[in-house]
Amino acid sequence: MGTAFAMPQMIPDAASPSTRSVVSARDLGLTFKTDDGPVTALTGVNLDVRKGDFVSFIGPSGCGKTTFLRVIADLEKPTSGTITVNGTTPQDARKNRSYGYVFQAAALYPWRTIEENIALPLEIMGYGAADRQARIERTLALVNLSGFGKKFPWQLSGGMQQRASIARALAFDADLLLMDEPFGALDEIVRDHLNEQLLELWARTEKTICFVTHSIPEAVYLSTRIVVMSPRPGRITDVIESTLPRERPLDIRETPEFLEIASRVRDGLRAGHSYDE
Amino acid sequence: MTAREKILPVLTILAALLALWYAAAVFLNAPFERDTAARAGTTITFSEILPRTMAQARPVLPAPHQVLAELWDTTINKPVTSKRSLVYHAWITLSATLVGFGLGTLLGITLAVGTVHNRAMDRSLMPWIIASQTIPILAIAPMIIVVLNAIGISGLLPKALISTYLSFFPIAVGMVKGLRSPEQIQLDLMRTYNASSSQLFWKLRWPASMPYLFTSLKVAVAIALVGAIVGELPTGAVAGLGARLLAGSYYGQTVQIWSALFMAAGLAAVLVLIVGAAHSAVLRRMGARP
Repeated sequence: MGTAFAMPQMIPDAASPSTRSVVSARDLGLTFKTDDGPVTALTGVNLDVRKGDFVSFIGPSGCGKTTFLRVIADLEKPTSGTITVNGTTPQDARKNRSYGYVFQAAALYPWRTIEENIALPLEIMGYGAADRQARIERTLALVNLSGFGKKFPWQLSGGMQQRASIARALAFDADLLLMDEPFGALDEIVRDHLNEQLLELWARTEKTICFVTHSIPEAVYLSTRIVVMSPRPGRITDVIESTLPRERPLDIRETPEFLEIASRVRDGLRAGHSYDE
Repeated sequence: MTAREKILPVLTILAALLALWYAAAVFLNAPFERDTAARAGTTITFSEILPRTMAQARPVLPAPHQVLAELWDTTINKPVTSKRSLVYHAWITLSATLVGFGLGTLLGITLAVGTVHNRAMDRSLMPWIIASQTIPILAIAPMIIVVLNAIGISGLLPKALISTYLSFFPIAVGMVKGLRSPEQIQLDLMRTYNASSSQLFWKLRWPASMPYLFTSLKVAVAIALVGAIVGELPTGAVAGLGARLLAGSYYGQTVQIWSALFMAAGLAAVLVLIVGAAHSAVLRRMGARP
């Protein structure tokens, strides 16, 4: 191994994305067949997510942001266009276990303790017992849940449960983290706290994160890039590069720079809304 | 809730039932005493009738203490190997019940697993499973016994198979529901891990189905006992609670019938309690909220 010939093949595409792009979508579309006729969930989506990016997808419900995340995860199949994840098809990426997925709900298995829940992907992927224990301890520390490993999910608060589910997604070696409104069901204070922790975690682990949200402050606070989407049909209306520094204390949200990005996001959302109703 | 608050309602109901039973026994058994007196050409007062209604050899409705005395006599006072021992008969029925219940559990789980994993079985099996339960068991029980006897199988197994026939049903239905109980988000999670179908089964579907399994088992163990008793009725079985019931009704031994009935009810209660205890033990190990 290690010769130039064994390098992963480049994508033979005119609009060849940078080799460092983790997710690359070209003209991606997805139409669901429903009883009321076809529903276009996504159309004409072009996007590159670079390694180490923190990309937020923001938009009203029905704009396809969750659908796009599910396409990346191979939980939905696109009906047109192409998409690569880590240079391969989403299906191969899923089979290579190259991403961790955090759902809207924690989806912890109630019959497993927090430790055992984090061990679940590790058991499935065949990690040894000693390695499992080391990873459980490391990821529990990463999400500030050390000492809660023996608890059952119902003994933890909603915020702690969601942190445990993030630990579960971090336990195995996936460089890409897909998060679907992970803090949507939590109250503002818990959410602020978790946002801060998530940035810290991102800085420490250097993962690439795709983050779906419908909160403007959350998107601006967390992201290096903000993808604004709009519904009917679901599409990207704006991609905003954040000018904020990587080091972000919570009170950065009061700065003029932050408010300016936030207002551009708001304008993008409003533009997407202007020609319906 | 204090112990007194728990026990008092139970005792009140029990006392009311006993009073009702004694009243019914007096009412139902009194005509026989009046007829006897009339045939002897004597008159009889109510105060003379009252004690006699509770001491007949073959009463229409035996009084509770008669049943208790019979139960005591046939369990404690007889060696368990004796054919007059109710414990002996209960054991005959219980062994068929347990074998039938075990087979029924295996069959029910197997059918449920097949139904959940195989589209053809899913489409074709459930109507047959439901149809199987619309046939009166009293009609099919003699057929099972006769057919099996013709191919040389007799004794415990035919009765056990009737238990199986009844008890697989709630388990199959409950387990289909239980194995399908995981939410979409839990299934999606397993998909993101690229879990194999056996991992999906053992790490998600099976543990998720446990509460459903035990609820079904409680129903199944009680009807397995009914199945074993029914299996003893139409075949002239010489031993077992069903045989006791049958012999009792041939000879008008109502006290014997009632004591066999109470034994069966007690047995069912114990079986359901054991399954219930296993249920809570398993759920506690699975981290259920106390």
